Amino acid sequence: MSLLRIENLSKEFGGVHAIEDLSFTVDPGTIHSIIGPNGAGKTTLFNLMTGVYAPSAGRVLFQGKPVTGRKPFELAAMGMSRTFQNLQIFFNMTVLENVMVGHHLHLDCRLIPSLLTLPGLRRRDREARDTCAALLEFVGLSRYLDADAAQMPYGALKRLEIARALAAGPRLLLLDEPAAGLNATESREIDDVIKRIAASGVTVVLVEHDMKMVMGISDHILALDYGRKLAEGTPAEVRANPEVIAAYLGVQA
Amino acid sequence: MTLFRPRTGGILVLAAIIALVPLGLGNGYFYDVAVNAMFSAIVCIGLNLLIGYGGQISLGHAGFFALGAYGSAILTGRYEVPPLAALVLSAGAVALIAFVLGRPILRLKGHYLAMATLGIGIIIHIVLKTESGLTGGPDGLALGDFTLFGLSVSGERDWYWMAGGVLLLAVWLSLNLIDSPLGRALRAVHGSEAGAEAAGVDSSGTKVRVFVISAVFASVAGSLFAHKNGFITPDIGSFFHSAELVTMVVLGGMASTFGALVGAVILTLLPQVLASFEQYEAMILGAIMMGTMIFMPKGLLPSLAGLIRRWRGER
Repeated sequence: MSLLRIENLSKEFGGVHAIEDLSFTVDPGTIHSIIGPNGAGKTTLFNLMTGVYAPSAGRVLFQGKPVTGRKPFELAAMGMSRTFQNLQIFFNMTVLENVMVGHHLHLDCRLIPSLLTLPGLRRRDREARDTCAALLEFVGLSRYLDADAAQMPYGALKRLEIARALAAGPRLLLLDEPAAGLNATESREIDDVIKRIAASGVTVVLVEHDMKMVMGISDHILALDYGRKLAEGTPAEVRANPEVIAAYLGVQA
Repeated sequence: MTLFRPRTGGILVLAAIIALVPLGLGNGYFYDVAVNAMFSAIVCIGLNLLIGYGGQISLGHAGFFALGAYGSAILTGRYEVPPLAALVLSAGAVALIAFVLGRPILRLKGHYLAMATLGIGIIIHIVLKTESGLTGGPDGLALGDFTLFGLSVSGERDWYWMAGGVLLLAVWLSLNLIDSPLGRALRAVHGSEAGAEAAGVDSSGTKVRVFVISAVFASVAGSLFAHKNGFITPDIGSFFHSAELVTMVVLGGMASTFGALVGAVILTLLPQVLASFEQYEAMILGAIMMGTMIFMPKGLLPSLAGLIRRWRGER
């Protein structure tokens, strides 16, 4: 069974079809990339998958269950985590605390135990601390553990968001342009992290503008243009597709 | 070792200060000022959870303070409920009111939330003023001593220790909460609501919970204040009192439990100290507040802590 299934999805903004009758599936354990030139509908599609927008038609199924209309925190509880292109870091907290917020769903948030710091809550919080410290090591940020998030460089913040998303223990991780704004070294670091996430059994869906980046790490690529499916397949198939070449480079006269 | 965790250290220092201050307090008047400062501090510690940590504003918290005070006055006076039970019942009722009002209101942001909470405070104030049959209207209500397990709390000294004990409890609860998963969720909502939701935090549920706690802190302080004063009028629930409470939190330092406490103490003491300037009192008070915000925008305690850290770093 596919982990994520998009069925005849459409989204209109005042007569403009940002996404038009789009269908595809994401198989578990793969890195699935969605690419397309500017304005192709990538961000709209991402927002539809993560519950930010409600579709005009069609539906999104996660593990066979429709997720349309669910709030972001409910999707997280179902096993779907995401990162943001324009980072949403908690700059008023430490790096470790940022990741521990990601682990929120596994912790006790009842009012009375929180106010009294009951022993059970404290013990589980200590375990969470270890889990989250290990995740920071996984993304290569151990040295920032107790630093304030506000002190980190941009490339590290991108990885911090990934660690926070992983702290929820997701089955599906949605990454919104993880390489945007990064230099070549930082971009390679992100590549490496994404590959290791997929190897650990978490399915990754990646929306990316940069074709070069996705070619190297994807198992499957979906190319969009004007809200429609342009091509779909392995990186080699998509790269050889004349329509994709035309959309990216312009049609040769 | 739990003893050496920062929160334990802070509480021990505070307990020592509370224990030592009476050595320097001469007569009953100074005790009275100290007790009032501690009651304000209890409200501000709760309010700081909402404003400083949660990033949500409330301009109506004096309303919850007044509801606690009137709840105690009416329950003990009219229905002869024991004072402690009246305090708990009032706090429970305030929690329910805060929950019911908080759910729709905390969806609002920024100026809109400020307006809505302002509205709550004004409505409570008007109800207390006009429902004369129950509240005594503008004339106010009188009430008897607070009793704790058969012992009567009366006189400035008794009240000093009572207020000190409740203040320590409030600080302890606040520090616990901030460091718990719920407290992290709250701070995350302040940092980025979208980020918090994506991490699985129900942001409106978290805000409502903290709104309820802060209202309960205000209600308990209100009940104690009513018993200590022996007499209350609707003006304890006025907008001016709400604004004063917010000012205390901002002045002392947002997102700092001890900062809220310091703000409450300073704003209670300053008018007493400045009283010798007579007609210039209000002007000097205003100038001090403006100066603090310009030169220490984070509030007194966080700014001073930052200075000390920098000074240590340079050496």
